[in-house]
Amino acid sequence: MASDLAGAVSGAAARPAAAAAAPTRFPPPWRAALARLGWTAASIGLFVGIWELCWATGLSDPKLLPPPHIFLANIPDQARFFNTATRWQIGINPADGPSPYEAVFITIGATSMRVFVGLAIAAVLSVSIGVLIRYFQLLERLTLPTITLLSPISPIAWLPIAIFIFGIGNAPAIFMVVVALFFHMTLSTISQIDAVNRNYINVARTMGATKRQIYARVIIPAILPQLLLVLRLNMFGAWMVVLVAETTGVGFGLGQVLSMARNTFNPSLVFFCIALIGVLGFLTDLILRMVQNRILFWVPQTAGVLRGL
Amino acid sequence: MDSSRFRPFSSADAVACRRVGKTWAEGTVRAHEALRDIDLDIAPGEFVVLLGPSGCGKSTLLYLVAGLEAQTDGLIASFGDPVEKPSPDRSLIFQETSLFPWLTVWQNVSFGLSIRGAPEAERRAVATEALARVGLSAAIDKRPDELSGGMRQRVAVARALAMRPKVLLMDEPFAALDVQTRAKMQDFLLDVWRDSGASVLFVTHHIDEAVALADRVVVFTARPGRIKSILPIGLPRPRDPFSPEAEALRRQLTAELKAEVDRAFAEQEALATA
Repeated sequence: MASDLAGAVSGAAARPAAAAAAPTRFPPPWRAALARLGWTAASIGLFVGIWELCWATGLSDPKLLPPPHIFLANIPDQARFFNTATRWQIGINPADGPSPYEAVFITIGATSMRVFVGLAIAAVLSVSIGVLIRYFQLLERLTLPTITLLSPISPIAWLPIAIFIFGIGNAPAIFMVVVALFFHMTLSTISQIDAVNRNYINVARTMGATKRQIYARVIIPAILPQLLLVLRLNMFGAWMVVLVAETTGVGFGLGQVLSMARNTFNPSLVFFCIALIGVLGFLTDLILRMVQNRILFWVPQTAGVLRGL
Repeated sequence: MDSSRFRPFSSADAVACRRVGKTWAEGTVRAHEALRDIDLDIAPGEFVVLLGPSGCGKSTLLYLVAGLEAQTDGLIASFGDPVEKPSPDRSLIFQETSLFPWLTVWQNVSFGLSIRGAPEAERRAVATEALARVGLSAAIDKRPDELSGGMRQRVAVARALAMRPKVLLMDEPFAALDVQTRAKMQDFLLDVWRDSGASVLFVTHHIDEAVALADRVVVFTARPGRIKSILPIGLPRPRDPFSPEAEALRRQLTAELKAEVDRAFAEQEALATA
């Protein structure tokens, strides 16, 4: 006890000294951001370092697990596999079309577009239907059992249906993303509505709010934070499903390149695609996080609350 | 409901309860009786404290008077009209913070007016006035999470006052506050109550709070909640909590409650061992 106290006292005394000694070139928010960037670089560096070490010591076969310096070394060589020519159309020369670099960006853009459009449709659809199900009991009785039954079905099982209905192109990939997220997000919307603080609803009721006003002014704002979290978690699911959808009859996309890399036994291309997908997934999450901080300013920041343990 | 079965009540009564009973989950195996035979009149401008052991149904009575729940027995009337649904005339203030975190302080205070479609200028004016009455004019554009617990409860009081209620229902509103803040809030509440002229029905399990605030203290029995006794507190305001009269009242209320708390404990133990 006494030593604890002594430690606390000396710690308190030491802290101002340390702060004064720290360089004051950057303002504190910049310093925090730089520190985070530094740790991200260190984390990736550690992972890459181990991989490269395995390669250097001959532990891993570069033909199967090419380390980053190999699969990132020859980007023009990788980029030529990103062929965005509409090859299935008669009379079009597969060699025509954009340059390899442009093709990489077109491919990334096409896949991202499918993810975002699917995500947007799924979010709007499932939140509306979730709210309507709680609002109208008849709708709940008619649809909720079916939605609950369909929700555990793997989105992969919907793939043939997507192709039967939508053929090839963007539509089946977007459909797959919507199907993968819709049931889940609808059920989650319903459970969020049920979890809204009763006091909020009672306050509105004592002030004479109608059912519609309670839904529009209390329930929907109250469930927004959790919904955005669900959206962020499901975004990874969307990326997963879109790749599967693209391996079959979509024309071009990261998934198509991946499946071609598998068929032509090209591990370098596989890892190059994985790196691209990783960066894209990270960026989408960053965007959603920024949206979240902007429109959900009232939600307390709880990241790192357990750090002191 | 046919009100002639009950002891007559006057349209001058802010709240009149006649043989009110409430059984939760009635008709199921989980049914339990929370309230039985509550007869209580509250005069306009009167400050009544409901005092009783935890779980005795005093909060339930508040919800019934607010019209948020329906009684299973008896009749509740406010100024002569039976209570059937919530009304802005009867504002309820909760124990937990119930401010909407997505609205600013003034938007919270004027929420009831926005429900009625009042224009922004009017809403802002009413909020400004209500916040001035609770001494929080400076916080008008802040967000609830920027305020302390005591300030948030004051905003909740301002929100209730903005509706110009005739009855203020308060469900242990200061229970989550520390002792010093609580004493401050009690003084503040008495000021607000005197200015507003509303009746207050205040639920607490703190004897000190009851003696400090009430015109009359209604002591509840353990489950099912019934009225055990009604004790008028005739002390002049502002009250000295250390006066011998206050001391004697606290002693009396402590004795009244002790029997009920003992009984509630014995019942819970019997349930746990059954």
